[in-house]
Amino acid sequence: MTDRLLTVTDIRLAFAGVVALDDVGFEVNQGELFAIIGPNGAGKTSIFNCLNGVYHPQQGSITFAGHDILGMRAHRIAELGMARTFQNIELFENLTVLDNILLGRHLSFSYGPFSAAIYRGRAKREEIENRARAEDIIDFLEIQAFRKSLVGMLPYGVQKRVELGRALAMDPKLLLLDEPVAGMNLEETEDIARFILDIKEELGIAMILVEHDMGLVMDIADRVMVLDFGRKIAEGVPSVVQQDPEVIRAYLGEEFKSEELHSAEVEAAEATGGAS
Amino acid sequence: MRGRPGLVTAYQRDMAIFPTNTQRVWFAAFALVMALLTFVLSDDLALRGASAAAAAVGAIGLNLVTGWAGQISLGHAFFLGIGAYTAAALGGETGGPLIGLGLEMWIWLPAAGLVAAVAGIVVAPIATRLRGLYLAFVTLGLVFIGEHIFREWDSLTGGIGVGRSAPKPILFGYDLSREGSFLGFTLSAEQQYLLFALVVLLVMGFLAKNLVRGRVGRAFSAIRDRDVAAEIMGINLARHKLIAFAISSFYAGIAGALLWTFVGFIEPRSFSLTLSIVYIAMILIGGAASIMGSIMGAVFITFLPRIVDLLSGYVPFIEDSPTGGFLTVSQVEQILFGLLIVVFLIVEPLGLYGIWIRIRNYWKAWPFSY
Repeated sequence: MTDRLLTVTDIRLAFAGVVALDDVGFEVNQGELFAIIGPNGAGKTSIFNCLNGVYHPQQGSITFAGHDILGMRAHRIAELGMARTFQNIELFENLTVLDNILLGRHLSFSYGPFSAAIYRGRAKREEIENRARAEDIIDFLEIQAFRKSLVGMLPYGVQKRVELGRALAMDPKLLLLDEPVAGMNLEETEDIARFILDIKEELGIAMILVEHDMGLVMDIADRVMVLDFGRKIAEGVPSVVQQDPEVIRAYLGEEFKSEELHSAEVEAAEATGGAS
Repeated sequence: MRGRPGLVTAYQRDMAIFPTNTQRVWFAAFALVMALLTFVLSDDLALRGASAAAAAVGAIGLNLVTGWAGQISLGHAFFLGIGAYTAAALGGETGGPLIGLGLEMWIWLPAAGLVAAVAGIVVAPIATRLRGLYLAFVTLGLVFIGEHIFREWDSLTGGIGVGRSAPKPILFGYDLSREGSFLGFTLSAEQQYLLFALVVLLVMGFLAKNLVRGRVGRAFSAIRDRDVAAEIMGINLARHKLIAFAISSFYAGIAGALLWTFVGFIEPRSFSLTLSIVYIAMILIGGAASIMGSIMGAVFITFLPRIVDLLSGYVPFIEDSPTGGFLTVSQVEQILFGLLIVVFLIVEPLGLYGIWIRIRNYWKAWPFSY
């Protein structure tokens, strides 16, 4: 298919004896908003780490934009156009918002250390061009007021936005969002949801969203994949996945059958009766 | 913009090293005063000033790799030594018992930097595999290897206790180590050293500033703050650590060549761990990840013995003589040294530069408190 952006086939990731991902596979199309949900420890962030080269799965294959990226170094995968935000903010906190976003544009620069030291011609031109692009992103995310503030000093919600901006600055083909609204109030969540939809509609960037906020996922995702203990248990459009018995079991636990419940009660009564 | 001095309308101006005219004027005035000072300072102070300026070049180098790129290096003394001996070999007298090619300064000074940079490139791959304290230990080993080589390689260094003379600072036929005249003023050797060292510092300082305000410096800081995130941004960690070590060593090489030229004599035991720690102290006291801080730290540390000397006149228990009294000057120096590192780390992690920024901000708003 021509609009297939990412194909993950049966990847398996194990740390010594612990299997984090067990034969997980999925596809993401161009411009699609794909969500991955699942209980804590299901392996959602592990998938991200496999995709952008932090972890290297032992089995399976990952094809991104026509390249086999399994085992590729993280910075090479970034060059192919994959960007990411982190669950626990991973900004460069001793730098300003502007520098953080310009770091997202690192690959758009081509000058080396020698022209950097001279800072004339190409180096200067590239700095100015990329500054203009960084300002576009700052406008888009409405963080103009914090442009020159040190990131470490900013409130949590703004930091989350800066991180989104840094990822967007890479002009990615695929954006991985790891819990973009974790710890946010309703208003901040709505802001981020609006940004995510804008990114999808205006910029046409495909996204994979990992999120615990079910309301958000069900509202904005095109397709949802559900993981439980490293296994894929469901995939489909949100309304269908919501009704899937396996998914309900993973989230809410198994329902006791009434006979089982009854026999359990009898056993408990016998146990107490025997004791008295 | 008339009436709105704070308004900036072009990115180029916003990104300049000195964005406002006031800063430019102040800097020009400062440079002019420094240049004029060289004509009036006593030889003793001029030599110290020259050493401070050369040390500042070395401190900028260490700050690039440790302050910006976050790779703790205790091996700076090794690179300083390589610079000093490269200069001595290329600029030393020909026909003597020691290696000497008798070349001019415009060859041996850059060459000292380049040879040190090559050594830095050889060492850099270690840094891509180790980080933090482990890297510090490996670079520590570098100092001992260097010390051993400098001790044993008699035909280059003269050996322990013998040493060798530093290269002659001859620039296009003009010998800086001889008294000369400039615009009708007579300049002593020390004053000429100071003038030359200030020019080198000015050039190297601006080159470093350009490097760190652009793409490469940002990548360094990213690696320092969060290396995993940096790699995901597309920054090639191995390549940038290599660049950091190479440039840092280049600066160290230049600084080493200049410093020992001013001293006039190279003793193989000079390039010990203590020297590395002195440079670490310069960037910690001056301010990590700051060019101005590196310079302030280097000046402060170089002039510290003078300050202690002055103190000995007023404080009764500090004696000027090396034997008598409760504390000798050099003991006080060592104590102060350690104390300052600890105090700065705890109280003012931004160093002297941080103090300067605070003073500046206070006067910016004066007489209001905010």
